[in-house]
Amino acid sequence: MASSLAAPPVRRRGQGLRALVWLSPLLAGLAIFLVYPLLATVFYSFHRYDLYTLEFVGLANYEYLLSDERVWQSARNTLWLVVFMVPAQLAFALALAQLVTRIKAGAGVFRTIFYLPSLVPMVAGTVAFVFLLNPATGPVNNLLSLLGVAGPDWFGDPAWSKPSLTLLGMWGAGNTMVIFLAALLDVPKHLYEAASIDGAGAWRQFRSITLPTISPVLMFTAITGVIYALQYFTQAMIASRVASGATDSAGSTFTPGYPEGSLLTLPQHLFHSGFRDYELGYACVLALALFLTAMVFTLFLLRRFRFAEEAS
Amino acid sequence: MRLIPLAVAGLLALTACTATREAPPTLGAQPKPSAAGTEPAAAALPPASLELWHGFSTDAEVKAFEDAIAGFNKKFPQIKVVAKKGIQDDQITSAIRSGKAPDVAASFTTDNVAQWCKSGAFQDLTPVIQQDGIDLSVLPAASRSYTEFEGKRCTMPLLADAYGLYYNKALMKGSEPPKTLSELTELTKKLTVRDADGTIKVAGFIPSFQYYENSPSHLGPMTGAKWYNEDGTSAIGSDPAWKQLLTWQKELVDWYGYANLEKFRKSLGDEWGAEHPFFKGKVAMIVDGEWRNAMIANDPKAKTLDYGTAPLPVADDKPDLYGSGFTAGTVVGVPKGAKNPQHAWELVKYLTTDTDSLVTLSNALRNVPTTKAAAESPKLANDANFKTFLDIFAHPKTSTLPANVNSVFNQDAFSTFLTSWEKGSVKDLDAGLKDVDKRINDKLKLSGG
Repeated sequence: MASSLAAPPVRRRGQGLRALVWLSPLLAGLAIFLVYPLLATVFYSFHRYDLYTLEFVGLANYEYLLSDERVWQSARNTLWLVVFMVPAQLAFALALAQLVTRIKAGAGVFRTIFYLPSLVPMVAGTVAFVFLLNPATGPVNNLLSLLGVAGPDWFGDPAWSKPSLTLLGMWGAGNTMVIFLAALLDVPKHLYEAASIDGAGAWRQFRSITLPTISPVLMFTAITGVIYALQYFTQAMIASRVASGATDSAGSTFTPGYPEGSLLTLPQHLFHSGFRDYELGYACVLALALFLTAMVFTLFLLRRFRFAEEAS
Repeated sequence: MRLIPLAVAGLLALTACTATREAPPTLGAQPKPSAAGTEPAAAALPPASLELWHGFSTDAEVKAFEDAIAGFNKKFPQIKVVAKKGIQDDQITSAIRSGKAPDVAASFTTDNVAQWCKSGAFQDLTPVIQQDGIDLSVLPAASRSYTEFEGKRCTMPLLADAYGLYYNKALMKGSEPPKTLSELTELTKKLTVRDADGTIKVAGFIPSFQYYENSPSHLGPMTGAKWYNEDGTSAIGSDPAWKQLLTWQKELVDWYGYANLEKFRKSLGDEWGAEHPFFKGKVAMIVDGEWRNAMIANDPKAKTLDYGTAPLPVADDKPDLYGSGFTAGTVVGVPKGAKNPQHAWELVKYLTTDTDSLVTLSNALRNVPTTKAAAESPKLANDANFKTFLDIFAHPKTSTLPANVNSVFNQDAFSTFLTSWEKGSVKDLDAGLKDVDKRINDKLKLSGG
């Protein structure tokens, strides 16, 4: 009796070991690519590290964070993108997807046309946008002047630079449109038929049937959109550089975030601190701040969507 | 938590691997070859293959550099030099960090010299310079300044850029180039062509700091403005010369109207292409480097341009500055971890001090040669427009951006302020400049300066 009672723990230990073996690639991956970099980031954040010398400086890097004007400026810019650019992109992509589902003839052609911009390489698309929106020679302002409207200095005016990037983001929202399109086509038709018989209009149908049904997809696109906005780098950097007309020569340097720091995002500031100024310890502090911000936004969105789901 | 020991073990294993790697010889540690004759080192150095990284990339530049190396090979036939083109500073830094440094590395910018010297990423050349009896007084003070940091000379100047004024003779309508800032203002107003609504057709001079080569470091010498105090802290807020320059500049910007000037600036062509506004007759006077002479000569349309060069106009109350300007240039050194440091030094020494080599490079690239002997060499291709820059380079008051560990950051901090300033967003200039000082000094503290 005693031996039969002792047998199961032995089998459980064997199973546990086997499970650990099967899980080991995942655990090793997590350890190498997540845990170690995270611990190393925390470690270096307490040091002055310029790629050559390592010196413990306590909280000096964290103290500098509080006095660094560029951090708050870049954080405000990044927050602007999260609050305005992401919803604008999602709304535009959803509207396009709705439009495509309603087109009777040539839906495939329109779907392709709306999707194509997302295939254009980021750098090329951004450079093209800066040229199109050039205040002096760009076709957009030339067209506006024909209509008697004085076009703004799109990428040269701090008040217009982020909205200009938002336009660029909306133009390239093809991927999100395809995701929404799949979700919209998945909404059961009979729900619309029933609502229609009950006298529900288009807006009521959209609010009470479409939105709740596609809410998991909305949550996915919103979270990935926010994470993408928090990591926004290439377009802002290129637009800034091209619009400034900055030159690379002895005694000259490019000022990131042109105009007046309005396109400086947190990831750009992190990159410049680490790999232009070689303040890698401080760059680690910025990386941790960015990581925590992404976590907070993700948790907030998850809670909001869960709440909305429960309410519906 | 169980993963931490695993990560630590892995880290220790990696460290152990690094620790067992044999350290390469350092410069000066190898015995100095000695033999009879005029070229003792050349005869006594054992055969070796040197890796040289440089930033030159166009076919003409690469060929010029290879021609200079060919001269070295005649002197040192047993040393093979393998040159790698188009290298940027971050690649040099990464290579040194990973223990795969080349024997010799050259950089177009002087921005990283302080960091390289301070950290020891580039080896201190002082012992071998003294050992070989090289007289550094053949270099102007400005060139000596941007190639060393806090007494450590870890690079040598290879070729230099000097900045002066270019003027389009047709647009000048017989006027002489300005010598003072007042004359520059007066001439700018006279030569500028505008529509009734303020739209600029031809600009006399573009005062914007955002225009091509109008960086604060290039324009600062017009009032003798200095960047740093002796202790490395910012002098921007305390040196009245900056305020003098900015006040003059803002008045001229306001005369154009910032919006008009920006619209005109953004309508102009690429600085490095055939559409350059100076080539096209859209700007009468520009601040530019000596290399613009070669660009004009090599451009099929611009080569017929009738232009002249002159030193930068200077503050009315500082006439002694006239003739000076800004200079910086290519630097070359021996990185830490070079496999053949003694051979590498011979190459650096040859490229930076051999008159024929410097003249060959200067004639091909149309940059200013750094030594007095090369500048005075009869073999140096010279004309009145190029000579202006040789004279600016040799002027005792010509200045540079001194080496600083935060060089790029500091220029960035100041340029950001200047954009706000010329736009009219800064209400209190003194307070704004003090704020720039604070940013630079806070950063210096973070860097352990």
